[in-house]
Amino acid sequence: MDATIENIAVTNKANLEVFSATLQKLARHDRDIIVVTSDSRGSGKLVPFGQSFPDQIVEVGIAEQNLVGVAAGLASAGKKVFAVSPACFLTARALEQIKNDVAYSNNAVKLIGISAGVSYGALGSTHHSLHDFAVLRTINNLIVVAPADNFETEQAIMLAAETDLPVYLRFGKKSMPLLSTEETTFEFGKGRVIKEGSDLVIIATGETVAPALEASEKLQKESGIEATIVSMHTIKPLDYNLIAKVAADGKPIITVEEHSVYGGLGEACASFLLENNFRNRFKIIGIPDEYTVTGSQQEIFNHYGISGDGITAAALTLRKG
Amino acid sequence: MSEQELAHKSVEYRRKILKYIVKANAGHTGGSLSCIDILNVLYNHTLNVDADDFGSPDRDRYIQSKGHTVEALYVVLASRGFFPESDLETLCKYKSHYIGHPTRKVHGVEQNTGALGHGLSLSVGTAIAGKLDKKNYRVFTLLGDGELPEGSNWEAALSAAHYKLDNLCAILDKNNLQITGPTADVCNTDPVDKKFEAFGWEVRHVDGHDLKQLKETFDALPFAEGKPSMIIAHTVKGKGVSYMENQLKWHHGVPNQKQYAEALEELDLQDENI
Repeated sequence: MDATIENIAVTNKANLEVFSATLQKLARHDRDIIVVTSDSRGSGKLVPFGQSFPDQIVEVGIAEQNLVGVAAGLASAGKKVFAVSPACFLTARALEQIKNDVAYSNNAVKLIGISAGVSYGALGSTHHSLHDFAVLRTINNLIVVAPADNFETEQAIMLAAETDLPVYLRFGKKSMPLLSTEETTFEFGKGRVIKEGSDLVIIATGETVAPALEASEKLQKESGIEATIVSMHTIKPLDYNLIAKVAADGKPIITVEEHSVYGGLGEACASFLLENNFRNRFKIIGIPDEYTVTGSQQEIFNHYGISGDGITAAALTLRKG
Repeated sequence: MSEQELAHKSVEYRRKILKYIVKANAGHTGGSLSCIDILNVLYNHTLNVDADDFGSPDRDRYIQSKGHTVEALYVVLASRGFFPESDLETLCKYKSHYIGHPTRKVHGVEQNTGALGHGLSLSVGTAIAGKLDKKNYRVFTLLGDGELPEGSNWEAALSAAHYKLDNLCAILDKNNLQITGPTADVCNTDPVDKKFEAFGWEVRHVDGHDLKQLKETFDALPFAEGKPSMIIAHTVKGKGVSYMENQLKWHHGVPNQKQYAEALEELDLQDENI
């Protein structure tokens, strides 16, 4: 399938729904597509998949370690395996299986972290995954991806199915606006420039690209500040070329992520910039080192400044120095 | 291979396990000696694997969950032609592929193991794939009794029964010792047969050093249609070297030259008496 935006049904659905629909599309033509679930077919929107392809879904019950181990065993026998579980449990409880059975053994499992970040909102910190980028970045032989919109999600799922490397994909369950951009190609490890501006750079990932865009519109309208917006969907391998390119003329840089401010996109960008002698003003927006305030995903975003207003305020402060 | 030939093999493998552990100055001596007869029968009698066609999708799979006793696996793979035995001179040496736990960098190794409690889930996944693809291959995994408290084993045990994996056989190397002491004192898993039976497995007991019993038991697989098979192999940690047998310190003890010479003498005697 050609990876252009014209070829997909343009939607504003939850990325989770696009994941499920894409997988069904793929499974129809490929008997080797196997979904492994840990009582997560409902929350993974995979009930229709299970009904249409009962021989291509393996249920292990609420047992994430076994989920990943079984998925690795299936992959080693040639299956294209999507192991689906809430990101919080998948990447913490089954971390050793991810490290050893998937990445180290090079079993090309596609680890699908559903309802990632703070998607579960007021269900609280047990259900939040604010550690997954940090932890998984340190595991060799694993691609880490957080698609921003329905286009990126569909492309990421299709690419993941075909790549012979392990991939971790995480997304939420909120409807996401389609990013309007000239860039209609999608590749792991290549960030997408959503908008170009000469005063400021905002590098965001996953569901924080939308508030970053909102901030850029506010900055433009209210302060005449033109921001470049990058959707950095792949956290690893990180697109260092693009970071260097957007940082080249010294513009202030803000990173935004639905993740701890420790160890994620922001720190990955910061270490690259520092090691390569960039001295741009720099700000990381994410969840601080605390168990989050109670609220919906949107309320938590607003509380910690992952919002049009919050990012706008941070940009104005950063520009002042 | 006749039982007599297998018996000679077991002695040869014990010599080599010690040789390369002494050379590397590291290794899991006691456990390698407890599981070697099982590996001997698997690789010289039971498994449908071929060093020249290891990529065959129809091959039987052997996944060593108790990865620390890798020396046993390496000497058996070398003798089956997967790589030249001389490679083992580099065991645990700087830049060697032959690290102290199974790695796919070594021809013939199915999965990278070493962290305990992983082999059974990997085996369940591989066995499910075999069922989905209507293949006749079988999946074998070797568990240690010390690793059974890892909860992932029991998650996998449930799945194996749930999916009626009669193409899966787990062998428990029940040598009753682990690094801290007797397994029964550290975290008792007995009666382990009843536990697996309750989980839906068909269980048999064997003397894990009786080559004839091992052959016959593997020949009888699957023990029940629609059920995974568990072989509880009663073994002796350090088996074959009298001063190592049932002695905790040989969990990963390395013999000195004098002890090594004594061990070889004992093994020579065993060889003569076959």
